[in-house]
Amino acid sequence: MILEGLRVTLDVASVSLAIACVIGLIGASAKVYGGKAARLSATAYTTTVRALPDLLVMLVVFYGGQILLNSISETYGWGYLDVDPYIAGVSTIGFVFGAYLTETFRGAILSVPAGQIEAGFAYGLSRFQVAFYILLPQMIRHAIPGLTNTWLVMLKATALVSIIGLDDMVHRAGLASAATREPFTFYALVGLIYLAVTTCSVLLFARLEKLSSRGVRNGGAA
Amino acid sequence: MIDWEIIADNLPAFAGGLVNTLILLGTVMVSGFAISVPLALVRSSRSSYVSRAVWLFTYVIRGTPLLVQLFVIYYGMAQFEFVRSSALWPLFRSPWFCAWLALTINTVAYTTEIFAGAIRTTAPGEIEAARSIGLSRASVVRYVIWPSAWRRALPQYGNEVVMMMHATALASTVTIVEVMRVARDVYTNYLVLTESFGVAAAIYLCLTIGLTALFRRLEKHFLRHLSRSEAPSAKEQTAERLNPKVA
Repeated sequence: MILEGLRVTLDVASVSLAIACVIGLIGASAKVYGGKAARLSATAYTTTVRALPDLLVMLVVFYGGQILLNSISETYGWGYLDVDPYIAGVSTIGFVFGAYLTETFRGAILSVPAGQIEAGFAYGLSRFQVAFYILLPQMIRHAIPGLTNTWLVMLKATALVSIIGLDDMVHRAGLASAATREPFTFYALVGLIYLAVTTCSVLLFARLEKLSSRGVRNGGAA
Repeated sequence: MIDWEIIADNLPAFAGGLVNTLILLGTVMVSGFAISVPLALVRSSRSSYVSRAVWLFTYVIRGTPLLVQLFVIYYGMAQFEFVRSSALWPLFRSPWFCAWLALTINTVAYTTEIFAGAIRTTAPGEIEAARSIGLSRASVVRYVIWPSAWRRALPQYGNEVVMMMHATALASTVTIVEVMRVARDVYTNYLVLTESFGVAAAIYLCLTIGLTALFRRLEKHFLRHLSRSEAPSAKEQTAERLNPKVA
């Protein structure tokens, strides 16, 4: 039963990571290549989100999304709609950690030598081709340590989705301990599962780092 | 758009919440710092058994969510008869004690690693020099290792304090009426977003800015020997040396 909760936790974490990566890439390119307005709004986004507790942002998106959705549905006459806690949870965690990844990716983009990009344009590649074939493969190596960190923090942040009623491990542990009167057993078990997942992720990311640094002198050690 | 009357009505509640947030943060930071410093020294000591024991502690705590740690302590301890019949039971029944304990354990784990990383990067020559002029082991720690390690750790420690300030919001889940709880209560009472979570966001934003400014001043104070105008390359070198990447 707890293991089914683990599936929800992993599901939420990985979908949020995908969302955060997309937001992070957009934010980072806005910060590095964007005009004044894009830069300013990206900075406002990363500063505010990183200055507020995750729980606060999550509840704002959850309740705010609810209000927004209902005001939209009212104008179209769809009647009362409920915000799905899964969508709320995934989008908030993605939104929050997108801010952290924006900074990670910005650093990674800046660590790719400018000559590489100039050379790409000199060969007549389009902007899109330069981004996908030259920038992305080289920045990944620099982004992985930051990505690992963000993933670990994010994995633990998924525990918060239980507060908005998503049926994750922590939520299930709460139900199980209410039924059996053994709260310690279940919460400690959930803690151990988290520990196992983080340990596996650390090992996995270390391999990924080695893989993405092949062909680099001292790669993986740096 | 913003109903100022609701904000004015609930301002005392938010002020009370802010006080509770600050009390929690203050007590946690004091106890966390006091425990982390000796643990960091042990963690970076040459005795591998003790060092590994401390590592295991920080690894377990850093690998699990704070919310789960809090629930294990607040809800979990009641499961054991010996806890309930012991003299400590009034403590474990109190949400304040449990929140303080969970947050302290959590920050100790992270802070210990920050400090230990800084201690490990002390230049060996400094320690050898201090030993060779006859300082005792304790004096070396007190006058050579700690002052320089503290300076290297300061920027990261500042981040940790801000993270802990954000983490106090989790105490709202165990009935402590801090800023987050007040915001959630105002929201349930009035069903308004800006006047509840918006006010809380403003408070947290101010706290973050305040703490960041405080640590910038601390860094200015403790790292003032680095602020002399130097050739840019040398300055960059010192910055890199003072703030090395700690895995």
